[in-house]
Amino acid sequence: MIRLEHISKQFNNMVVLRDVSLDIPEGETLAIIGRSGSGKSVLMKHAVGLLTPDQGRVFVDDANINAVPYKELRRIRRKFGVLFQGGALFDSMSSFENIAFPLRTFTGNADQAIRTRVQECLEMVQLPNIGTKMPSELSGGMRKRVALARAIALQPKYIIYDEPTSGLDPSTSNHINELILSLNEQLRVTSIVITHDMHSVLAIADRVAFIHKTRIAWTGTVRDLHRTDHEALLDFVRASEYVIGEPTAAPEVSLHP
Amino acid sequence: MTHSLTWLLRPVTILGKYSLLIARAFVSPDDFRTYRKNTISEMIRIGVESLPIVALAAAFSGAVTTVQVSYQLVSVFLPATVIGSVVAPSIILELAPVVTGFILAGRVGARIAAELGTMRVTEQIDALETMGLNSISYLIAPRILAGVVMFPMLYVAACAVGIGGGIVVANLGGYLTTQEFVQGAQNFFRPFDPYFGLSKAFVFGFIITSVSCYMGYFTAGGAEGVGKSTTQAAVMSCVFILIADLVLAVALL
Ligand SMILES: Nc1ncnc2c1ncn2[C@@H]1O[C@H](COP(=O)(O)OP(=O)(O)OP(=O)(O)O)[C@@H](O)[C@H]1O
Ligand SMILES: [Mg+2]
Repeated sequence: MIRLEHISKQFNNMVVLRDVSLDIPEGETLAIIGRSGSGKSVLMKHAVGLLTPDQGRVFVDDANINAVPYKELRRIRRKFGVLFQGGALFDSMSSFENIAFPLRTFTGNADQAIRTRVQECLEMVQLPNIGTKMPSELSGGMRKRVALARAIALQPKYIIYDEPTSGLDPSTSNHINELILSLNEQLRVTSIVITHDMHSVLAIADRVAFIHKTRIAWTGTVRDLHRTDHEALLDFVRASEYVIGEPTAAPEVSLHP
Repeated sequence: MTHSLTWLLRPVTILGKYSLLIARAFVSPDDFRTYRKNTISEMIRIGVESLPIVALAAAFSGAVTTVQVSYQLVSVFLPATVIGSVVAPSIILELAPVVTGFILAGRVGARIAAELGTMRVTEQIDALETMGLNSISYLIAPRILAGVVMFPMLYVAACAVGIGGGIVVANLGGYLTTQEFVQGAQNFFRPFDPYFGLSKAFVFGFIITSVSCYMGYFTAGGAEGVGKSTTQAAVMSCVFILIADLVLAVALL
């Protein structure tokens, strides 16, 4: 269980979050949506203690993570897998080493077992043959998927995905959505998915939180989403559906007027 | 009013932040296995990337000092061996540690700051933290350890090559023979000198790596910020090397 209680955060006098409360019960998938710059990444960084709130408290399994000693915080963090928006792959290591890194650091597993697990994770993100490649040799979408593989390698209890499908083609996106869904269902992972992609929200979320103007302006189930009359939320959803909706007929383009 | 106060207190704040960072790097490092591996690979990198340029610089400063000393001191009243007596201690006491220090500030210091700075702005440090690692000790302890071990070694190499350079020029330029040079160096040799040089090397190694780690670890502001930390690391390392050089000389000589 992750619980944010009345979180406020500002950077250099710019308020990013104001009195934000969120409760993510065991096994739930919460989607956080909101426009670019609305504070989604800032919010998720509070959940793992990378940022400390100016006001408010963050609980993970009943431990106030801003009050526990650093050693304890580190122990709590090991329950998390975090996919950062930019991937945050270690660029001094190959893709294989990136995924193997948490396994080597936190399990006493033999090399062979680690190798098998890394390969398994690479296959889950549909990149079975890129183990030897360095992050700089990967495309943006590939980097993101290797980072996803790294985040899930230790089978964490909580997974935070910061825009897992941005920059991916539609069919890879669908695959990633299915992967997230199956992790949630098979392993009973509790997850926070930050996304712009309404398609993924509908596919994977149990509940949705909409951040707007520094606050959680709306929360509800995916079903509630269809019935909402919240202006800003409707704008957001309509704008996204326009992008992901059925393709309209290609406009007639003529090079010679 | 409060603004100028914060401004005045800035050096104190920075010093506090720096000390805290370095202390935290060495308090309760938990996984010695990973640290040892990183320390060794960092030592190799420092050695490999600096040895050629350190040797080159040391050879030339040894050679130039020999020529200058011959020009300044040698007269009918002084024997040629005096050149060896002056050149060898100059290299051991001052030239080798400071030249090595400046080169490492530019090479190792800038590289460390760029590495850590990039890791900071691309959230790799956040990734380490969320995995449950202590990013400070994981990243900083190996680099400082490697610095304080490798710097004295590079210093010894710089002394050897520097004196070698002096001897070569002494012979080629016809100032004095190898025997005279060695004789001169031995005449006034004080066993304390190499220890003093080694202490300097140790201190400089600590300064360069820790200052650069500080600059890199607290980088902010994207690629531009990385560039800033990199230059700052090299410049501040040099400044603190000069200060430490004077302090050590006054304290120990
Ligand atoms: N470390 C920081 N220092 C200063 N300001 C920050 C910092 N991190 C975030 N901000 C500011 O907080 C606001 C919210 O940023 P955040 O990264 O959370 O947006 P986001 O909702 O994740 O957007 P996107 O969808 O584009 O990723 C932005 O205005 C950003 O400039
Ligand atoms: Mg974001």
